[in-house]
Amino acid sequence: MNFLNQIIQGVLLGGFYALLACGLSFMFGVMRIINLAHGSLAILAAFLLMGFCNYTNLSPFIGLLLVLPVMALLGWALQFTVLDRSLRAGPLIPVLSTFGVAVILDNSMFEVYGANSQSLGPNIGNLAYNSWNLTNTISIAQLDALVFVTAVVVLGGLQIILRYTALGRTIRATASDPAVVDLIGVNARMVYAAAAAMAMVMIGLAGAFLAMRNSFDPYAGGPQLIFAFETIVIGGLGSLWGTLVGGIVLGVAQNIGATISPHGFLIAGHLTFLVVLVARTFGGRIAWRALLPKRAAS
Amino acid sequence: MNILSVENLECRHGLLVAVRGISFTMAEGEILALVGANGAGKTTLLRSIAGAHNPASGRVTFDGQDVTKLRAYKRVARGIALVPEGRRLFADMTVEENLRVAGAHGRKGTWDLPAVLDAFPQLKPKLKARSGDLSGGQQQATAIGRALMTNPRLLLLDEVSLGLSPLAVDQVYESLNGLMNSGTTIIIVEQDLRRAIAVSSRIICMLEGAIALEGASAALDREVITAAYFGLHRQTDTAP
Repeated sequence: MNFLNQIIQGVLLGGFYALLACGLSFMFGVMRIINLAHGSLAILAAFLLMGFCNYTNLSPFIGLLLVLPVMALLGWALQFTVLDRSLRAGPLIPVLSTFGVAVILDNSMFEVYGANSQSLGPNIGNLAYNSWNLTNTISIAQLDALVFVTAVVVLGGLQIILRYTALGRTIRATASDPAVVDLIGVNARMVYAAAAAMAMVMIGLAGAFLAMRNSFDPYAGGPQLIFAFETIVIGGLGSLWGTLVGGIVLGVAQNIGATISPHGFLIAGHLTFLVVLVARTFGGRIAWRALLPKRAAS
Repeated sequence: MNILSVENLECRHGLLVAVRGISFTMAEGEILALVGANGAGKTTLLRSIAGAHNPASGRVTFDGQDVTKLRAYKRVARGIALVPEGRRLFADMTVEENLRVAGAHGRKGTWDLPAVLDAFPQLKPKLKARSGDLSGGQQQATAIGRALMTNPRLLLLDEVSLGLSPLAVDQVYESLNGLMNSGTTIIIVEQDLRRAIAVSSRIICMLEGAIALEGASAALDREVITAAYFGLHRQTDTAP
């Protein structure tokens, strides 16, 4: 029963990882940029939200109405100040420049907010600890359920936008061939800016939920970047629903690892990531296709 | 009034000069065939007119306005559309999505999805198909349709029949027929001389980045064009 509980909690944790990873995955899918500032930007959103809550004494969920548009604007600005210029210099330069952004952000947040751990847990009242008890041993935290549902809504919404709206078609066309969309009247730089803004909204949501579920400090971005990376690699690059699957696999592995040993949480997650990575790279593509015919085809 | 005028255009790829000081003008409704061997500079010339390649010097004037420095997407809004060599469709998107995405960003006008499907009926059953899965002829039709969705006043067609079966080429030209009679100004790059002469009102033959021969299609015969194509008459031209 305990084992089942760990799996359920792992699935819910997977929802958070999926939410954390979708901005990173989306930005890579559209702009071919590996955004190493991803985790730090999520922490920035968390601090912005904390600032809002401390100043107004309002709920973080109201604060999101302000913080998410601010994050979108930041994404827009990031595209024109950093990403666009680095992209023109070659595919590796964005890795360096976003790493630079991460360093600047981490240390600036340390300067402004200090080294103390913060949390928005106290600001969301009993949502922080309320749960539904399914059986004597299995209960589902309401916040975890909310995060999972949010992840599904974000991924589903993103898929609907990409498939059924004019903006989505433009984004997909630009991702497919940025030189050719120019020839049909699309300004690829503006599409990139829109994509960066959308990715930043997702990053903002992830940062907010991170702040509500856990504690965070100015240097907490790095580990979050790693979890997001592992989620994407496990789930398959460029696949939206794969991101959810990747998050769930990572979350379940971590929780099962934690049951086996107190140190098992991170180790099991990293091991699962490594196994998937090695299997994908060397494990015989034929065997992989036989196991997961759908993913291999995509 | 000339719709397009190209003056002393020079284009480079690094150190290589692909287009050497080309000048020509086009009247509205004219159909110009651009012929010449591989590497003569035809594609680079078309790309410079469309804005996909920055010329080193010279001027491109469209509809009385200098567009030399204008980015390609802004030229689309003025009415220049290029069907690129190799078709370059958005392979993971359906035919309909390829067409619609162009329609959403081009000029407004008479070309919309039903009009393009009327011109290229072979696309009707393929609307929901991934464009990457289509045959070469269907892909070329989609690429031309995609350019038409932006309602161009000047359509640039690069290597329409490259890599297509003779049957598919016939079909594409049959569909282009209506377009050519509709008054759209067209520059077409075509390797098949017989076809180039048949569809165009004027021919420019390029050789090593310059114009080797220019004239009304009806007045030129294949021997003269072939001689210019291979640079056979240059010796006599430049002799003292």
